[in-house]
Amino acid sequence: MRSLLRRLPIETYVISFTVALWIALSLATPNFLTESNISNMMRQTSIAAIVAIGVMCTIVIAGIDLSVGSVVAFCGVLFAQMCAHGLALPLAALITLAAGLLVGATNAFAIGRLGIPAFIVTLAGLQVYRGLALLLSGGMTVGGLPPSVKDFARGTTILPNLFWAMLAVGVAVHYLLRYTRTGRYLYAMGSNAEATRRQGINTFRITMVAYVLSSSLAALAGILLVSRLSIASPSMANAYELQAIAAAVVGGASLFGGRGTVLGAVVGAVLFTTMSNAAVLLSVDPFWEMVLEGLLIALVVYLDNLQKRRQSGG
Amino acid sequence: MTPVLRVSDLRKSFGPVEALRGADLELHAGEVLAVVGDNGAGKSTLIKHIAGVYQPDSGEMLLAGEKLALRSPREARARGIETVYQDLALADDLSIGANIFLGREPVRRFLGLLPYVDDRTIRRETAALLQRIRSVIPAEARTVARLSGGQRQAVAIARAIYWQAKVVLMDEPTAALAVMERERVIEHARELASHGVGVIYIGHNLTEILKVADRIAVMFRGRTVHVTAAGDTTQETLIKYMTGYSETEKAA
Ligand SMILES: Nc1ncnc2c1ncn2[C@@H]1O[C@H](COP(=O)(O)OP(=O)(O)OP(=O)(O)O)[C@@H](O)[C@H]1O
Ligand SMILES: [Mg+2]
Repeated sequence: MRSLLRRLPIETYVISFTVALWIALSLATPNFLTESNISNMMRQTSIAAIVAIGVMCTIVIAGIDLSVGSVVAFCGVLFAQMCAHGLALPLAALITLAAGLLVGATNAFAIGRLGIPAFIVTLAGLQVYRGLALLLSGGMTVGGLPPSVKDFARGTTILPNLFWAMLAVGVAVHYLLRYTRTGRYLYAMGSNAEATRRQGINTFRITMVAYVLSSSLAALAGILLVSRLSIASPSMANAYELQAIAAAVVGGASLFGGRGTVLGAVVGAVLFTTMSNAAVLLSVDPFWEMVLEGLLIALVVYLDNLQKRRQSGG
Repeated sequence: MTPVLRVSDLRKSFGPVEALRGADLELHAGEVLAVVGDNGAGKSTLIKHIAGVYQPDSGEMLLAGEKLALRSPREARARGIETVYQDLALADDLSIGANIFLGREPVRRFLGLLPYVDDRTIRRETAALLQRIRSVIPAEARTVARLSGGQRQAVAIARAIYWQAKVVLMDEPTAALAVMERERVIEHARELASHGVGVIYIGHNLTEILKVADRIAVMFRGRTVHVTAAGDTTQETLIKYMTGYSETEKAA
């Protein structure tokens, strides 16, 4: 029995834990199982999950992307400014996505060509893009957006549009990771970059794919967040990188690389959204919520470590 | 008969370190050529040139009589040169099949459109292949992470057989293995040779070398100093050449 429990993928535990939390919440408060709370949670989860899916790709190649929170804010502000200045929505969105792509390409270049550790490159990015968000907004909230901006995120097509956006992103990235050669090379590189290179695979291209995905999805999340809030604040999406990394790792991605799934990242994002939702509904002090989340992250990373050690131990 | 691989007067320096100072080698199809020498003699450096990892400062390599100027490991593989590395270079989180096919996955298309890696073919071919080399690896092992050193070696060797290598380079393939597994690797090397592959086998254990090799080349300080048929030599003679004793003797 114990060995069976050990062999189950980590997603299983996370899903069970989340479902248990849902049941507990619906018993504890009548406000949990309401339509507005659930669709609100779905919207929140979707944006968090889109960011987490991107970050997960960098974790799979044994990298990391600490810049996503700042990129969400920077791209969100960029998008809002363009909309506020009367640029057509689709064009503004396209330019914002291109900016995200450029951010990712820069990160990948610094990591793959200049050989700077991903941790340092994206930590610098965390500071740089937050700074740019502040510069671009003059340090103030960007409002006065045309009403059409909020149509998408507030809209519903049976389920919230944001949910469909997440589903589309999830299916696309899942296809990439699970079915294409590029996806396989992401895992190969995360398991053993040298071996992958020796098999003639261009690991710089793979690095590029991972970081461009991460930043572009952060840019997309920025657009969606602005649409949801109908304003852009330079301080929004603060600490999103931690939540995204935590979601990916809780969902089975290994910080040692080579492991991670879209489903896991989504499940992780659902768990964290549920936790903050629970904190709100049960009026738990948000500071305690941060402490609990931090402890959960530490626990999961510890389990990841254990598993890695057991594996290399034979 | 033209040798499948000929290396002449290869030289390579890493900054002030002269790793190769005129290495020569002749490898025939269907033979195991052992390369021996002291630590730092340049054995690994030599085969990394053949594998396309390093480019020589000067010297020439011919593959089946044709010039071999490799710019990358990828080119080496395209020319039929496979390497089984000292440090067992497999991707731990991938399956056995995914490792054998890494970088050369067969691809099919959903509805003639979306490409996808054809894992069914990979699984089928892998199972057949493992049977062919009479390997004891459970073909359904999910990843290679839990395989033993010898089993990992077998995966790398299976890869070479599958892709019909002309030359296989083995750098201390038994270094990390238990006694029983070493025997298997020796069998695998012999088996590769019996498929007509030219095998270069680097090792330190002379008993093992005399068992696996058809011919033996001794390197000393970046140079090939002695080549002999395995049947015509003894451990003592080899050690003399490996330690440079016979060079000083000649000079004296
Ligand atoms: N990339 C490199 N940069 C600098 N020096 C190197 C490099 N590769 C090898 N050398 C040096 O070249 C010399 C030959 O090394 P090599 O690894 O080929 O020896 P070897 O015969 O394989 O030894 P061993 O039996 O210990 O594996 C050594 O002095 C080594 O330090
Ligand atoms: Mg060596």
